[in-house]
Amino acid sequence: MKARHKRLAFIAVGLIALGVATALVLDAFRSNLVFFYTPTQVANGEAPQGGRFRIGGLVEPGSLKRAANSLEVRFVVTDTAKRVEVVYSGVLPDLFKEGGGTVVQGRLAADGSFHADQVLAKHDENYMPPEAAEALKQARRVQTTVEVE
Amino acid sequence: MIPELGHLALILAWLLAAAQAGFAFAGAARNDGILMATGVSAARGQFVFCGIAFVSLGYAFYANDFSVLYVASHSNSTLPLYYRLAAIWGGHEGSMLLWTTTLALWTVAVTLFSQHLPEVFRARLLGTMGLISLGFLTFILFASNPFQRMIPAVLQGRDLNPLLQDPGMVLHPPVLYMGYVGFSVVFGFAIAALLGGELNPQWARWTRPWTTAAWVFLTAGITFGSQWAYYELGWGGWWFWDAVENASFMPWLVGTALIHALAVTEKRDAFKLWTVLLAILTFSLALLGTFLVRSGVLTSVHAFATDPQRGLFILVLLGGVVGGALTLFALRAPQMGLGGRFGMVSRESMLLAGNVVLLAATGTVMLGTLYPLFLEALELGKISVGPPYFDTVFVPVMLPAMLLMGLAIFAPWKHAVLTVLLGRLKWVMGVSVAMALLLPLMLGKWTPLIALGLLMALWIAASAFVSVYERLKKREGGIIKTVVGLPRAYQGMIVAHLGVAVFIMGVTLVKGYEVEQDMRMSPGDTAQVDGYGFRFDGIREAFGPNYMAIIGHFTVTWNGRPVTILAPEKRHYLASDTPMTEAAISSGFFRDLYIALGEPMDGQAWSVRLYVKPFVQWIWAGCLMMAAGGVLALLDPRYRRRNSAAMEGTA
Repeated sequence: MKARHKRLAFIAVGLIALGVATALVLDAFRSNLVFFYTPTQVANGEAPQGGRFRIGGLVEPGSLKRAANSLEVRFVVTDTAKRVEVVYSGVLPDLFKEGGGTVVQGRLAADGSFHADQVLAKHDENYMPPEAAEALKQARRVQTTVEVE
Repeated sequence: MIPELGHLALILAWLLAAAQAGFAFAGAARNDGILMATGVSAARGQFVFCGIAFVSLGYAFYANDFSVLYVASHSNSTLPLYYRLAAIWGGHEGSMLLWTTTLALWTVAVTLFSQHLPEVFRARLLGTMGLISLGFLTFILFASNPFQRMIPAVLQGRDLNPLLQDPGMVLHPPVLYMGYVGFSVVFGFAIAALLGGELNPQWARWTRPWTTAAWVFLTAGITFGSQWAYYELGWGGWWFWDAVENASFMPWLVGTALIHALAVTEKRDAFKLWTVLLAILTFSLALLGTFLVRSGVLTSVHAFATDPQRGLFILVLLGGVVGGALTLFALRAPQMGLGGRFGMVSRESMLLAGNVVLLAATGTVMLGTLYPLFLEALELGKISVGPPYFDTVFVPVMLPAMLLMGLAIFAPWKHAVLTVLLGRLKWVMGVSVAMALLLPLMLGKWTPLIALGLLMALWIAASAFVSVYERLKKREGGIIKTVVGLPRAYQGMIVAHLGVAVFIMGVTLVKGYEVEQDMRMSPGDTAQVDGYGFRFDGIREAFGPNYMAIIGHFTVTWNGRPVTILAPEKRHYLASDTPMTEAAISSGFFRDLYIALGEPMDGQAWSVRLYVKPFVQWIWAGCLMMAAGGVLALLDPRYRRRNSAAMEGTA
């Protein structure tokens, strides 16, 4: 009987440890999820104010502006329907260019611009980041339904 | 002509794989020696034909045969020869061919080094591997044929992705695949044991060297990949918790658990079912890795192909292998018996606890990797799980395992007394706690995380040293002689554990003390980063074999004295019209200096990344020590003795 009690206690402690660990993991998981929004969704106010999220789309041609003596850049991400102005300070990835697809991660500022802490670009010429492709697809779908109406 | 020869060889390899599986299983079922021997011959023949197919594809790359679609889309006549040959696995079809050829190589190794196994067991092992090979060859022949012609041929190929034009491309994929596919041998051992219904210490002894060998390759492969990412991607990270990296890391974690579980099964005949389950799981995760990378569900540097049909095929294959194996396990498990018993505090219980922790860690990685994919597949929205999740979760989950690493090597089998153990280790604990508290103060910044990381590294290293010291005390003779005289398997364990300590040390110090600065610099500017002066002297232009480059010139100084000159490049690959950053790194024992060119700004200014990364080389040194430990364990004479004795017996 004694051995069995010991074993039960062992199992109980193990289960409690497992439960606590699972709770902590899931909590960390939830607080580190980054959701993705299209420029149209951002314009409609669907994106969280203050929280981190991602926006995908095309870099609008002619919108890229660099600051005179810092690494700050400003550009517009568009899904062809709506536009979001992005501010970023740092080195842009190799394949970032005007007219190309991009995904930016960061927060919305009070003035409506998006302060990015990460900018991703496609890996090669034929590849479009799936988030950017999705944003364009959704915008196109909306536009066609509008035309049909 | 040659590509058709390769295609034909693939078809013959397919037939031979079918023969290998058919003859081996039929022979095992009827206990027919001739049938089983035919299975062995078929396995060797399969290797020959896979080899011919592989060499044929290599020849097509060598000869710039752009009438082959695969060559045309992954090579270019201006590409240097070594990259043309590495381009064999630069895309989906060739990677799959590498996968099967590697599998055939392991199969041949099994036929050569398995004379000591019972005939029926060996036949079931080869039969299982034949089935896996059949699945992959079917996939290649029907859904991803690398020999497909493109008529009319193009004059010039589209070039290999510039990211892949790197020495890392020559080494990383083959070594990683040797690891992935090596676990198919271990899987075969598990299936053969379940089919035969015998699961005993002897089975564990047979399986151990194969597991260790696969694990060594996987460890080295992941290490090479991490180093490559560090210098090639241009932002100095060594691990990104990218889904593809995680795909290789999950089988590594479970494989590590398996190595330790096998030790218990061999020595104590305990938790056998658990061990078999781990063997199945490791290979399943290796397959899952292949699926994730090859199906196009992931988008990353590694995922070239986006063809849902291919993904579906691998998913079906994965389902068949995992489902079949687990069904067999469920049917056979009740008959296997539980084996040796052990106390609640004992080496067995500690190894089991370590195993559970490794599996829990795998679970957290899997959650972060697969959850976004599930959501997307179910059209519930797009999310991403960033590195912060893995960083905050992985380390605390692994802490108990790191603590156990020090304890378990001192714990006796069957029954241990915790107070005695702690008494023996009190000096180790005292010294590592004191050093972990003091070292960060000497290095200039104290945070709880740095102290914790150092504590783990010191604890693991100190306990390994004390263990060696205690063993040496019992022996006679000079230190060198006695260290060499220790059992190879024990030496391997110590070296691998010291590798973990070195690795943790590297990770802790890089995370704690690295300095990263993105700057705007004009020629003549000097930037101070962590005590080093980086002077930008200017740029010049240069030509490579298939690219144009802008090369920056930087002089690095320390207290005014020159340390080194670094020349980071911005390349422009002509064939694919793609820009690429080549970072310049000065590596050292205590620190790396890292410069990457960003982009040109107004005037002659450039955006520049300047990093000082202390102890970053320790990360990979630690990983290679783990692999070296595995090699040492493989050299243990008891595997060789048993083999030669058995061979004499059969001869």
